Amino acid sequence: MKGIVRASAAIVIISAILFYAVHLLESSTATSGSGSISVYNWGEYIDTDLIDQFEEETGIQVIYETFDSNESMMTKIEQGGTSYDVAMPSEYAIEKMKENDLLLPIDHSKIPNLKNIDPYFLDLPFDPGNEYSIPYFWGTVGIAYNPTLLEGQTFESWDDLWNPTLEQEVILVDSAREVIGMGLNSLGYSLNSTDLGELREATDKLKTLGPNVKAIIGDEIVEMMRREEAAVAVTWSGQAADMMWINEDIDYAVPEEGSNLWFDNMIIPSTAGNVDGAHQFINFMLDAEVSAQNADYVGYSSPNAAALELMDPEVTGDERFYPTERMRDRLEVYENLGLEMLGVYNELFLEFKMDMEK
Amino acid sequence: MTNRSSRPWYLAPYYIWIALFVIAPIALVVYFSFLDLAGDFTLENYANFFSSTYFRMTLSSFWYAFLITLISVLIAYPTAYWLTKTKHKQLWLLLIIIPSWINLLLKAYAFIGIFGLYGPANQLIQFFGSGPLQILFTDFSFIFVAVYIFIPFMVLPIFNSLDKINPALIDASRDLGASQWTTFRRVIFPLAINGVKSGVQAVFIPALSLFVITRLIAGNKVITLGTAIEQQFLVTQNWGMGSTIAVFLILFMIIIMLLTGPKEKGGALNGKAK
Repeated sequence: MKGIVRASAAIVIISAILFYAVHLLESSTATSGSGSISVYNWGEYIDTDLIDQFEEETGIQVIYETFDSNESMMTKIEQGGTSYDVAMPSEYAIEKMKENDLLLPIDHSKIPNLKNIDPYFLDLPFDPGNEYSIPYFWGTVGIAYNPTLLEGQTFESWDDLWNPTLEQEVILVDSAREVIGMGLNSLGYSLNSTDLGELREATDKLKTLGPNVKAIIGDEIVEMMRREEAAVAVTWSGQAADMMWINEDIDYAVPEEGSNLWFDNMIIPSTAGNVDGAHQFINFMLDAEVSAQNADYVGYSSPNAAALELMDPEVTGDERFYPTERMRDRLEVYENLGLEMLGVYNELFLEFKMDMEK
Repeated sequence: MTNRSSRPWYLAPYYIWIALFVIAPIALVVYFSFLDLAGDFTLENYANFFSSTYFRMTLSSFWYAFLITLISVLIAYPTAYWLTKTKHKQLWLLLIIIPSWINLLLKAYAFIGIFGLYGPANQLIQFFGSGPLQILFTDFSFIFVAVYIFIPFMVLPIFNSLDKINPALIDASRDLGASQWTTFRRVIFPLAINGVKSGVQAVFIPALSLFVITRLIAGNKVITLGTAIEQQFLVTQNWGMGSTIAVFLILFMIIIMLLTGPKEKGGALNGKAK
């Protein structure tokens, strides 16, 4: 009995010490300035030096967390376990969050740097008047490839992926709308199709891509391409830019049948605890120099006109990453198709993964 | 005797724990499995589960879990047996258990490097004169990594039950003229079968719902029920369908527990052998 009492006492004392230590640590990091904000962003989607700079300038502590899909981000915000102050969803997710009252309106008078944004990216159909969202980055979906591993093959069309010489070479991004969308595009259909016949046809066509598919993965794609483990990847433009940063052999193309044009935006979720801090953060990210540094680091295309002027013209003039307005016209923006349709897309994507021809 | 019928007060935390964290979540999962996207009552999720996609997914989950368990047993049993014979049992046991302290994701990423086209595994293959092979994103790499992860959970229970066997029983078997093989078959194996059963439970059940390494190591070319649940909850936000798959997973687990549960007789024998 004595032993048990002693052991329990020891456990209680150790717990108390740990509790006190954690308390000390937390209070020492979050003392200065006007509180803290939680930022919820995609992985590898900000230059973390800028977070330090923001903390120094404003005294606001930034708690930074990442997500890997719009859907998981929305689920987490909806559940409300953590109160995020700023998040960076894509356009169709913003439409859906608006429907579900998950967004707070943004006070434009607190965002003077909004003037830096290219008007092309303002007042878009998914958020008229930018009432709830401010542009962060934009880009396309396309094919990143390494010509040195492919004997000079190029990719003008989605159908080039079906070339029998690419056996076990193609990596696909693990995301239903991108992959099913690519199937739809390759058949000449809209990637917002809700026609079950077209979707079935696209899925059946994708299954025949099976022998060429090496893997269906997420952010690991970048590493695989850099190390020349794979020669071809269907992915987002910014990931392609990340690959090229390390491995200069890699090239990127947007197939001519069309593809996805997307916009990621900064929003303030309705569960935000520090709305004022969130505005300060958004304004900070729109600053020309900050935005240029961020775009340089992240590699996606910046909608910030003032920042583009500060950047290397070789980068901003690269039509693979900054397609002209005429080229953008053949690209499509995702529409919010509703949960039911999203379910259909995912069931088909699952079926594709199950039934890929080996 | 009164203690047994009137449940003592100090068990209260246990009952509260069970109610809150075992019974309530399972009840919620069952409840959600009857809801459609709009939150209305439906049986459609169950009908959907018996559609061809999910049925084949279930079969393939079982097949891979079976392979992983079988290979784990084949490796773990001799290892555990050998362990009981060594001098520094606890040290060796510790060395086998230590890898299970390392985070699963870290191990998965390490294997991406090891199995890569330019990784050590392929360098070895090239040393023996063959060209680089695609090891990553194959059934082989998936099963290899899964077995590697689960081995400690199989070795431990088998080792414990083998180690508990009274050596006098084995001596007696020898004295009575049994060969080594007969001794193993008639004495050691039956006495240690409960260890194998708990090992099978500890491996087969989690193997059914693996999902991290299906993506990182198998490149989503192996789809298990775990992958489907993750997708239904996080991507499709169809909690009803996700819960339905979870309900079936729970049912499968109960069946496996019943099949591999210790029998009264075996337990008593083991107790006496101490």
